[in-house]
Amino acid sequence: MSDGASATGDLRDTSLDGPTLNVRLSRVWGTPRGLLGALTTVDHKIIGRRYIVTAFLFLFLGGITALVMRLQLAQPESGLVGPDTYNQLFTMHGSTMMFLFGVPIGEAMAVYLVPLMVGTRNIAFPRLNAFSYWVYLSGGLFLWISFLLNIGPDVGWFAYVPLSGPEYSPGKRADVWAQMITFTELSGLAVAIEIIVTVLKQRAPGMTLDRVPLFVWALFVNSFIIIFALPAVMIASTFLILDRLVGTHLFNPAEGGDALLYQHLFWFFGHPEVYIIFLPGTAFVSAIIPTFARREIFGYLALVLSLIATGFLSFGLWVHHMFVTGLPQLGAAFFTASSMLIAIPNGLQIFCWIATLWDGRPVWRTPLLFVAGFFFIFVAGGLSGIMLASVPIDTQVHDTYFVVAHFHYVLIGGNVFPLLGAIYYWFPKFTGRLLSERLGRWNFWLAFIGFNVAFFPMHISGLMGMPRRVYTYGPEMGWGDLQLLSTAGALLLFASFVLFVWNVAASLRRGDVAGPNPWNAGTLEWATASPPPPHNFNRIPLVTHREPLWAERGGLPVVTGLSVSHRELMVSSVAEAEPQLRETSPAPSIWPLVAAIAVGATFIGSIFTPYAVLWGALPVAAALTGWFWPKAMPEDEE
Amino acid sequence: MAGLTVATGVVVLVLTGLSYAGQRRLLGEEAAPVTIRVIGHQWWWEVQYEDPQPSRGFTTANEIHVPVGVPVQVKLESTDVIHSFWVPSLMGKQDLIPGRPSAIRFTAERPGVYRGQCAEFCGMQHAKMGLLVIAEEQADFARWRDGQVAPRPEPASDEARAGEAAFVAAPCSMCHQVRGTAAAGRNGPELTHVGSRRTLAAGTLPTSRGNLAAWIVDPHGIKPGVNMPLVKLDSDQLNSISAYLAGLK
Repeated sequence: MSDGASATGDLRDTSLDGPTLNVRLSRVWGTPRGLLGALTTVDHKIIGRRYIVTAFLFLFLGGITALVMRLQLAQPESGLVGPDTYNQLFTMHGSTMMFLFGVPIGEAMAVYLVPLMVGTRNIAFPRLNAFSYWVYLSGGLFLWISFLLNIGPDVGWFAYVPLSGPEYSPGKRADVWAQMITFTELSGLAVAIEIIVTVLKQRAPGMTLDRVPLFVWALFVNSFIIIFALPAVMIASTFLILDRLVGTHLFNPAEGGDALLYQHLFWFFGHPEVYIIFLPGTAFVSAIIPTFARREIFGYLALVLSLIATGFLSFGLWVHHMFVTGLPQLGAAFFTASSMLIAIPNGLQIFCWIATLWDGRPVWRTPLLFVAGFFFIFVAGGLSGIMLASVPIDTQVHDTYFVVAHFHYVLIGGNVFPLLGAIYYWFPKFTGRLLSERLGRWNFWLAFIGFNVAFFPMHISGLMGMPRRVYTYGPEMGWGDLQLLSTAGALLLFASFVLFVWNVAASLRRGDVAGPNPWNAGTLEWATASPPPPHNFNRIPLVTHREPLWAERGGLPVVTGLSVSHRELMVSSVAEAEPQLRETSPAPSIWPLVAAIAVGATFIGSIFTPYAVLWGALPVAAALTGWFWPKAMPEDEE
Repeated sequence: MAGLTVATGVVVLVLTGLSYAGQRRLLGEEAAPVTIRVIGHQWWWEVQYEDPQPSRGFTTANEIHVPVGVPVQVKLESTDVIHSFWVPSLMGKQDLIPGRPSAIRFTAERPGVYRGQCAEFCGMQHAKMGLLVIAEEQADFARWRDGQVAPRPEPASDEARAGEAAFVAAPCSMCHQVRGTAAAGRNGPELTHVGSRRTLAAGTLPTSRGNLAAWIVDPHGIKPGVNMPLVKLDSDQLNSISAYLAGLK
């Protein structure tokens, strides 16, 4: 690789240096200006940024639906919204948070950061990456535009049959839900494949498996969970559409179908989904802690094994969502045991993180504050989770506000708090400017207090017998005061997000300039400029240590030999990351967008007529033909 | 390290064992002296008391009476979507799934009125699908049961007689049953002794003549989305029907 100029005459980075190299590479890897450039880009940083911004947009929309629900429940017999609207609101809230925010946000951060952290120039399959974003965006817009047109779903984010079936949900509402699943799961699967291939085959030389950053490990394991879990829900939603649209009876007990089959399919996805949301949270925590503890992570191997164990165990718990469906009791007890077992790898991770902080010299900046908030909230949610694993307890609190409290503790604690910390942490890398530390502290305390005031009382509401998904309740039930308190907390939590947006908007213009490594962190994304140039690194770093920037204070060693006249990156071996090949990386293309439009039109058409699948196949085939039309690759010419 | 692993395993097994023991006690399936079938509908509960003598069985709605200290077996079915039967102070919940009959047992230890509610989202009026369980002494229970087995009491006044005639002639009788009259519909709650029940419309309103009239006049205002249609009645019919129903003790 590093044997100097090649015999074929193309220009390699070996013969250039400094600013000249940077300019050449930026020109080769850059995205053209203007609308066409924006629509054709395959740069993982531009697409990752869009992914992150879009996921946050959906987080806000989901938050607003939550706020309206909280205002409705603030007092008994409130008439702010009726049952019809309320049922749509909680369906939109759950669907948006799970499918349009929860899954995509982890992948969005991965799309931006994983290629930088493993030291490569772009993600694997960059055009697929562009395609996945457009599909995700169309799915999200499809759901929300339907809602605004008053044909949005109203059957819950889980859409249980027979309620969502043809007999009890006439109209298109349930179809909109089912087809939104297809959109978002398609994009989720595409990104998962990109991440896996990037991690396995594009790591910088020397980044053996035991030097891979924990952030990357977490998102790598996460991608496998996605690949095995998402097909189950796509089957469930596709069967649902078949029942509704072409008159199959897969879930109709009157014709030999089975309503419970749907729940098994849904939760076989639905439980791993919780870990799909949580593992990116662990990724953020594992990246933030060493930087601010000023010490390497404690128990690297234990943490990696915990991630993998969580990945496997997450597929063995789904029945604990179905303890009251009348399944065989001994079978249910097996899932009690497996649900308690998963607390072990997760507890182990917490201990490793605490040990790292304990032994380090923690610097309490905003990202670390959010991590501390995560510890507190997530552990509380984990404890109520162990309670829920027991069948006798679950039969009482299942589908009550106790469960609502539990999963907001694990999901907001396990994902949103680390995510906010992560945004404070990587914002300088994304934009070149630091977020305001002062506003950050306000942001954290408002969020932490608001969250606990909103959700802690829900445990008690649930134990007092308040069921979920009720649009109102009688004053004689005695839940009014606690519900009012929850609403006050929700307002505080929302205010913290408004402050967050304010901080982002203000810091984009006036924030302190960050420089490449404002936190003195150790991983590779900090080895390049903030924001990084289109090609990420002038030269591919050579990795000798788990925290390369701490090990090589005098500057990273690099490898050379990649072309500077076309997009070329290095392919390395799976375990040892030994350089194997130089591989051309695709240039910008409009075809991913065209294909996404064709696929989206087919999906939307197919909720109206099955023939849309037939006719839609033609534009999809045409777009894919354009996309994959054989082109002469530079390496073919050699 | 090995010791730690074994200890962890033991803790998980012990907790699982304890949980399983509790579960067996709650969900056991031995026969019980009182057997009730509860059938879920959008958005009310059909309640059928079973008896070895078929003539001693009867149907009611949204209100269950049980004797104190006697195990009760509740068989659960649904005719439309999934519901979940839950009376928090008496028992955990159990789903009513179409095509999959299930059961739950409980024993009320103390007399009292216990409120229950559907616990699985079942559509527009999931929030207003309540029921009452009334636990009473054996003698009170037997008296209540005899009362429920009997056909409807004869209307006692002219107004009530006019009400019965109007009820049977109006579309009401297409969906509701009043044993002892020609009204034999089975789509809506059985009304033979509706005046003896404490609530209307699955726990939505306390039973009274005024509330009966209010419910008949505007079911969709009180419980939007409910399957009961608005039936056009003149004021005399409305008056007499609500008097009649209130008198069905």
